[in-house]
Amino acid sequence: MSDIVSYIKESLTYQITLTILKQVREFFETFGLIAYRFFEVLKYIFTMQISMKQLIEQASRFAVDSLPITLSIVSMTAIILAMQVAPEMVKQGGKDYIGLLVSLTMVREIGVIMSGFAIISMIGSSQASELATMRVTEQIDAMKVLKVSPFKYLFVPRVLAGFIMMPFVVIISSTFGILTAGLTAMAAAKDVTWLCYISSVWQGLYIRDINIMLFKSACFGGCISLISSSCGYDAQGGAKGVGIATTKAVVWSFVAIVIIDCIFAVAFYF
Amino acid sequence: MSIKVQNLTKEFDGRKVLDNISFNVEQGEILSIVGFSGSGKSTILKILSGLLQPDSGVIDIDPGDVAMVFQYSALFDSLSVFDNISFALQERKEFKGKYSKEELKEIVRNSLNIVGLSGIEDKFPHELSGGMQKRVSLARAIVTKPQFILYDEPTAGLDPVASTVIEDYILHLRKETKATSIVVTHQMSTIKRCSDKLIMLYDGHIVFRGTPDELLKQDNPYTKQFVSAAIEGPMKIAAYGF
Repeated sequence: MSDIVSYIKESLTYQITLTILKQVREFFETFGLIAYRFFEVLKYIFTMQISMKQLIEQASRFAVDSLPITLSIVSMTAIILAMQVAPEMVKQGGKDYIGLLVSLTMVREIGVIMSGFAIISMIGSSQASELATMRVTEQIDAMKVLKVSPFKYLFVPRVLAGFIMMPFVVIISSTFGILTAGLTAMAAAKDVTWLCYISSVWQGLYIRDINIMLFKSACFGGCISLISSSCGYDAQGGAKGVGIATTKAVVWSFVAIVIIDCIFAVAFYF
Repeated sequence: MSIKVQNLTKEFDGRKVLDNISFNVEQGEILSIVGFSGSGKSTILKILSGLLQPDSGVIDIDPGDVAMVFQYSALFDSLSVFDNISFALQERKEFKGKYSKEELKEIVRNSLNIVGLSGIEDKFPHELSGGMQKRVSLARAIVTKPQFILYDEPTAGLDPVASTVIEDYILHLRKETKATSIVVTHQMSTIKRCSDKLIMLYDGHIVFRGTPDELLKQDNPYTKQFVSAAIEGPMKIAAYGF
């Protein structure tokens, strides 16, 4: 009997199954912790236990520091879109709809998701590594011993800053993207004029789209900060632990915002 | 304000790090906890400070603040010395809004003076030497006037002179604050100079209790091995994976 058990334990199938089960367990553990911390953060927000000094600092970091990279990524995507679409639309007689296509794409999808990706790479990774470093250097333990809640001091300002500032980042970057796409369209297709482009921008765009964009971007911002902070907070070990936590934060944030994006698409446009 | 610990047990991954540990520390006393690395010394401090929950046992710490000085100072590296020391006064619910900016400056100045520092309020932790970071960490610990101070290897990584300075301040703080203290250390100078009494841990048990003098004089195989830093003896170093 023991031979059979040891044979099974040594088999590749057993090892693979064990690894998969471990990964599944880790997934649910991380998911559970993020969900728990989300409710903890809500509790602190609703009871107005917010460190205003930290909130202002985090908001500034979230919006101002990330703006150059966000503007670059969104505008480059818009330029690529306009370069590929404008000549073809002019050929097909749709030059009056280039602005419409770009604005709908930017407002409904690209502006938000590309800003999200930029924010994850710049702010999410920095939040995760900062908290992970604090964890491995016992700074979070010191905070607890000083009877200051890490939720109040670290989580709440970051999550709130993300929730509040992300819509501003998305508005600015999307607007910038639409304008740069217009200039590109004019350069890429001869018949496209600035007036023709700008007037078509508003044709298919409704206030509802902008409201959805703002709400979606706020969710993205809060979610990125929550996941990044949570992954950093759970870091273990030394430099390797900080690296693992940062990678985990980036991967989880990417997956989470794509899932949230799908939920929004199904809920509002399906 | 004494500390009473009875039958404290803590297990990590099936290994009993603390097994029915009991000890008392009377008000104003300094107890040193000694033992090889991995013997559970820091775990006791983490349990007493509330960072870890014991598996079983009774901890009777009279109501009041517990402050802790961490092995590597654990100063908040994104904050200045001023913000580090006044952190609890600025962020803790019970102190929030209680002190004006000027009062905070005065409190921080006094705390720094107690540990022999001045004029470094605007500096950041990375601009300070290891010894200065330790002293700022001491200043941060005493700013809320705690009744219990826990020191986790306060002289680790310091040169002998800086270690003596820190030991002096541990004694000075006891005199100033009348706090009950526990010092985790394996440095003989800290044991000799700072402790009123000490316990020695090995394999989750207390293998010696007594005064620093008794540690040096007693015919106990564990203390003999510890004091002489011998590899051979009842304490198996290999058990810690060295």
